[in-house]
Amino acid sequence: MAAIEASKSSTPLLKDELDIVIPTIRNLDFLEMWRPFFQPYHLIIVQDGDPSKKINVPEGFDYELYNRNDINKILGPKASCISFKDSACRCFGYMVSKKKYIFTIDDDCFVAKDPTGKEINALEQHIKNLLSPSTPFFFNTLYDPYRDGADFVRGYPFSLREGVPTAVSHGLWLNIPDYDAPTQLVKPRERNTRYVDAVMTIPKGTLFPMCGMNLGFNRELIGPAMYFGLMGDGQPIGRYDDMWAGWCTKVICDHMGLGIKTGLPYIWHSKASNPFVNLKKEYKGIYWQEELIPFFQSVTLPKDCTTVQKCYLELAKQVKAKLGKVDEYFNKLADAMVTWIEAWDELNPSTVLANGSTK
Amino acid sequence: MSEISINHDEVDIVIGALQLDLTSFMEEWRSVFSQFHLIIVQDPDLKGKLEIPAGFNFDLYTKSDIDGVVGLSSNAISFSGYSCRYFGYLMSHKKYIIAIDDDCVPAKDSAGNFVDAVAQHITNLSTPATPFFFNTLYDPFCKGADFVRGYPFSLRSGVDCGLSCGLWLNLADLDAPTQALKPELRNTRYVDAVLTVPLRTMMPTSGINIAFNRELVGPALLPAFRLAKEGNLRWETVEDIWTGMCVKVVCDHLRLGVKSGLPYVWRKERGNAIESLKKEWEGVKLMEDVVPFFQSLRLSTSVATAEDCVSEIAAVVKQKLAPANPVFARAAENMLEWVKLWKRVRTQ
Repeated sequence: MAAIEASKSSTPLLKDELDIVIPTIRNLDFLEMWRPFFQPYHLIIVQDGDPSKKINVPEGFDYELYNRNDINKILGPKASCISFKDSACRCFGYMVSKKKYIFTIDDDCFVAKDPTGKEINALEQHIKNLLSPSTPFFFNTLYDPYRDGADFVRGYPFSLREGVPTAVSHGLWLNIPDYDAPTQLVKPRERNTRYVDAVMTIPKGTLFPMCGMNLGFNRELIGPAMYFGLMGDGQPIGRYDDMWAGWCTKVICDHMGLGIKTGLPYIWHSKASNPFVNLKKEYKGIYWQEELIPFFQSVTLPKDCTTVQKCYLELAKQVKAKLGKVDEYFNKLADAMVTWIEAWDELNPSTVLANGSTK
Repeated sequence: MSEISINHDEVDIVIGALQLDLTSFMEEWRSVFSQFHLIIVQDPDLKGKLEIPAGFNFDLYTKSDIDGVVGLSSNAISFSGYSCRYFGYLMSHKKYIIAIDDDCVPAKDSAGNFVDAVAQHITNLSTPATPFFFNTLYDPFCKGADFVRGYPFSLRSGVDCGLSCGLWLNLADLDAPTQALKPELRNTRYVDAVLTVPLRTMMPTSGINIAFNRELVGPALLPAFRLAKEGNLRWETVEDIWTGMCVKVVCDHLRLGVKSGLPYVWRKERGNAIESLKKEWEGVKLMEDVVPFFQSLRLSTSVATAEDCVSEIAAVVKQKLAPANPVFARAAENMLEWVKLWKRVRTQ
């Protein structure tokens, strides 16, 4: 039924190993366009906003749906760490998933076309990215060396060519670019029309702004770090959920020797949110990020942080110690980070492996 | 593609001639090269007279010129093979230098348009670089792009760009073992992006298609690292990789940027990877020591010029790498010689 083309390099479907997490407040009509690519997969829909509203899921998809009442019931008092009235609530979906991989996408993101006019199977590209190694220790000027038609360039040490496991695959957007409010206000008409045919590893020690609109990750490797923070209702800030998760995730990946890729796949981002609304949400973040970036750039995690959870709890400690003075919000956030890990571990009882790491 | 208005008086194009007949090379580049002043340096080991077509504004340097400036002592730096172009850098007085190997011709982009590699390099060098934070939409100063949400505002003015590293279609700059293993592999992917290589991230900087701001980083582009059996194919040398890592350390220290990506050139078929591999594999092996060395190299805070950066790097090379292999000791000596030479030529 699903018209999945067998790709030349036959990327595995991973249909029993991957969940698609979608936050929504309106409807899921966008899934119709994605049907050929998404239908084999299980969806986890996290309904934000008014729980009494019924979300229409197109026929034929296998899904579980959680609204705020469900989140409160499942997490009890720990539900306080999950944002309300903000797409940051999507991280609840990561927590309840039982799969190895997560792909998350916004409900205003559609199938894009590559320069030949072919429709892009974004999920397949994310899977390719996640299943091939990353190369964070030395930059390859021909970008991802594991892609068809590419390789390591002259001068790239052989000892670094095995790469490291890829924890995150960060995709991009054609049409409406992911700009902040000030940029949107200055350039309301700018559209991203440039298809950059590359995937690359973000080098170790380098931070980046991680957008949650089109994102894949290995939940077993990095899941607990993907907390999208306290945003939305009752919070002083919005539109920094994915940024926060990205900075924490990058620091932890760097510490644990995991890789993060960015670039392909593209999706088509159709909706530009209201820049004035965005400005109100982002306003504090624009100032705070001037403090946050130096914080994350200089964070060091002790050697005995050998699991993602331990790293994350250590980060939470340092957030409280160093960012608490920037604003009281960061004390709350640090507490929420701890609550998140507690909730994660409760919902995902781990098996400690022989080498001391947890699965 | 370039919206920058180029001041032609600020540019030198340096061509290291490793073959006598430059006619087809120059003709392919005529529409671009004819607008600029060229410095052509003949490989001192290449005997004979260079064939250069008419209609170009150039200065030509040969072995006798090189010997005249550098001297003939046994300590003198060798400018043979690919290193001949460094003599061109030494002779230039311009702000921007662009150097392209003589077996590369203009490429076409995915729409079939002629790529003006010189214009793109100048655009790269004259727009800011952003080494302190990665922009996921690549070069934010490019038309149609910008900084993405989450990019700190205090970092959006960027820093000066010191080095622009271009890429290659057709014969990519792969090492001999890789090309030998995949003899049919050709680079057909045109990646429409320029990006800044982040602070402290090292990369292999190929000398095939490169440009730099001579005023900012000139002395750091140096002929230093010669393999024992270095040859006249890029598969038989890693001198540019060594130089590139020096430049990256210098740029990181002086808070300048290094960009990689566009422009592409089309690299013609030449040589045989397996033959090169039989001849020279030492370079491949040496990278194992070279890369970790440069990755951990930090210069003293008091060092403020490119010349002094180079001198300090040479000192550390002498101390840490030289004991393992005489190639490194020689490289360190060459680097110090080069700085002396650079200063001497500047004051004349």
